[in-house]
Amino acid sequence: MSRLAARFATLQEQGRTALIPYITAGDPQPSVTVPLMHALVAAGADILELGVPFSDPMADGPVIQAACERALEHHVSLHQILDMVRTFRQQDEQTPVVLMGYLNPVEVMGYQVFSTAAHEAGVDGVLTVDLPPEEAHDLVVSLKAEQLDPIFLAAPNSDDERIRLMTQSGGGFLYYVSFKGVTGANRLDVQSVKEKLTRIRSNTELPVGVGFGISDAESAARIAEFADAVIVGSALVKRIAALVDRPEQIPAQAPQVIAEMRAAMDQVVSTS
Amino acid sequence: MVTQAKRTEQPVSLSDLPDARGHFGPYGGCFVAETLMGPLEELRLAYEKHCVDPEFQAELDADLARFVGRPSPLYHAERWSRKLGGAQIYLKREDLNHTGAHKINNTVGQGLLAQRMGKKRVIAETGAGQHGVATATVAARLGMECVVYMGAKDIQRQAINVYRMRLLGAEVVSVESGSKTLKDALNEAMRDWVTNVDDTFYIIGTVAGPHPYPAMVRDFQTIIGREARAQILEQAGRLPDGLIACVGGGSNAMGLFYPFLDDKGVAMYGVEGGGEGIESGKHAAPLCAGSPGVLHGNRTYLMEDQDGQIIETHSVSAGLDYPGVGPEHAWLKDSGRARYVAATDQQALECFHELTRIEGILPALESSHALAYAKQLAPTLDKDKILLINLSGRGDKDIHTVAQLEGIKV
Repeated sequence: MSRLAARFATLQEQGRTALIPYITAGDPQPSVTVPLMHALVAAGADILELGVPFSDPMADGPVIQAACERALEHHVSLHQILDMVRTFRQQDEQTPVVLMGYLNPVEVMGYQVFSTAAHEAGVDGVLTVDLPPEEAHDLVVSLKAEQLDPIFLAAPNSDDERIRLMTQSGGGFLYYVSFKGVTGANRLDVQSVKEKLTRIRSNTELPVGVGFGISDAESAARIAEFADAVIVGSALVKRIAALVDRPEQIPAQAPQVIAEMRAAMDQVVSTS
Repeated sequence: MVTQAKRTEQPVSLSDLPDARGHFGPYGGCFVAETLMGPLEELRLAYEKHCVDPEFQAELDADLARFVGRPSPLYHAERWSRKLGGAQIYLKREDLNHTGAHKINNTVGQGLLAQRMGKKRVIAETGAGQHGVATATVAARLGMECVVYMGAKDIQRQAINVYRMRLLGAEVVSVESGSKTLKDALNEAMRDWVTNVDDTFYIIGTVAGPHPYPAMVRDFQTIIGREARAQILEQAGRLPDGLIACVGGGSNAMGLFYPFLDDKGVAMYGVEGGGEGIESGKHAAPLCAGSPGVLHGNRTYLMEDQDGQIIETHSVSAGLDYPGVGPEHAWLKDSGRARYVAATDQQALECFHELTRIEGILPALESSHALAYAKQLAPTLDKDKILLINLSGRGDKDIHTVAQLEGIKV
């Protein structure tokens, strides 16, 4: 069983919802990333989403755009990010790590070279924002050959057929984008997310995580009532951005927002 | 890279492309966030329906004739041809279109389509401002809300076009992220579209972006090549030996080339922004010196580093200052049907002056790149050869740039 499948199975037994924080690798500087990953796990993260910075993050709002720019000032490359995962794995063999980013860095490295290297480094899943299932065939084949889960994004306007297509090609979990928009926008409508998730579940066996717009403990707890995973990006990256002048304090301070969310989520009974 | 064999189903002719999913060989496609997949499918279906609807075509033709001022003339530049001492130069005068460039051919088409689809708001990205002006113009005429995204750097160097757009009622949004140029304006327009996708039509200005944009924009621009083909047959009694057009995203070049793709004797040359020279690294020539990758919804040649990050481009012409290029050009390059070269800022500026002084035509700096390659090629050919050049826009918008470079205060 893959690390992702094992983690979701354990959480299901415990009746808990997964908490998945996102950070951009190398933000604000490469030395922060691995200590921050461990600190996020200690604060209650079940799975880590590690962003691969890209020069043109079209699906991201200003908070994560700025994080990409900070990381790219240090020329953080995909090779370096795989090294970070390898270092993280020396102390943590259990927590699944998903790489999230845009296709071009993977395209330029080459699908097979990337998949082999990612597997060896200890990566568990790969989410490419600008790669819908229609274009994903070759990458999916390469990833699956290395036991990596291709994770797809579903949107409010994805119909049943597309959800089934993502389920066929994908693995790990399905990432439901809670609204039409970019990351970090303030447009979360919990009731409509809940209704859509019911619909999605009738077309997929994969666990369904919800991301975009979950900004605090309260919204995390409300989503946790019905989702399999709560994904938090901009709310955490904002905390990191506030500490760019004191990067050594980031691993100790930034994960507090994750700990608060974890506590609030564990108060509610998951019906998923 | 994907394997080419799987994507290419041996087309009968190059002009049959793209395939059903928007692929030109391994290039093109639809690489966007999931939220845009539905709207792109809706757009594809609407376009396929309306482009064969005689009523839509009649309305488009009428607008092109009475609003844009088509057909644009084909002009034999006899004095410049004599000076170059070789092939005869014919200029397709897209500079004479309403708003001063070929861009309006496409915005009129997409504007009508937006109207048929019931959209009330249009958005666009712009570099030099020509596409922004052409979009704002159509939006004003159709009574639609219009928002144009423009890099902060481009806003500074194209102040007049910014004011023109505002006069036309458009909101011009300054994009402060990344390199603050055209590619960042495109990112921001995509972000707007993904947020407001229900009521908004995104009018992309070039033959790039996700399917169906590269094919749709090309189709709207092929009026250039269809007219030019008939005009040269009428004026010279035969097809030209070569076509030359500048290539940023590549819409004016694709519009000229496409109707000639099956004419084997017609050579095609796309001229990219060579900036300070290819060897300097400071240029905007992905086809000449870039490599394949995925950006802005399609796979194509890009200016990128070894990590797949997009790198900054350099060109005196804001309209060529783009790190990608339309996927059909990538395929025409690989297939050998078209050749891609670069002209430097300096070479383009020389031709800007030369055409103005010798023919009384002030060309856009973008189009001056096409002229610069004609200047190299014409003298190597006999006097009975014909080169047809797309004069894609007029240079009025560039007067301040040229004056500034020459230390003159206007």
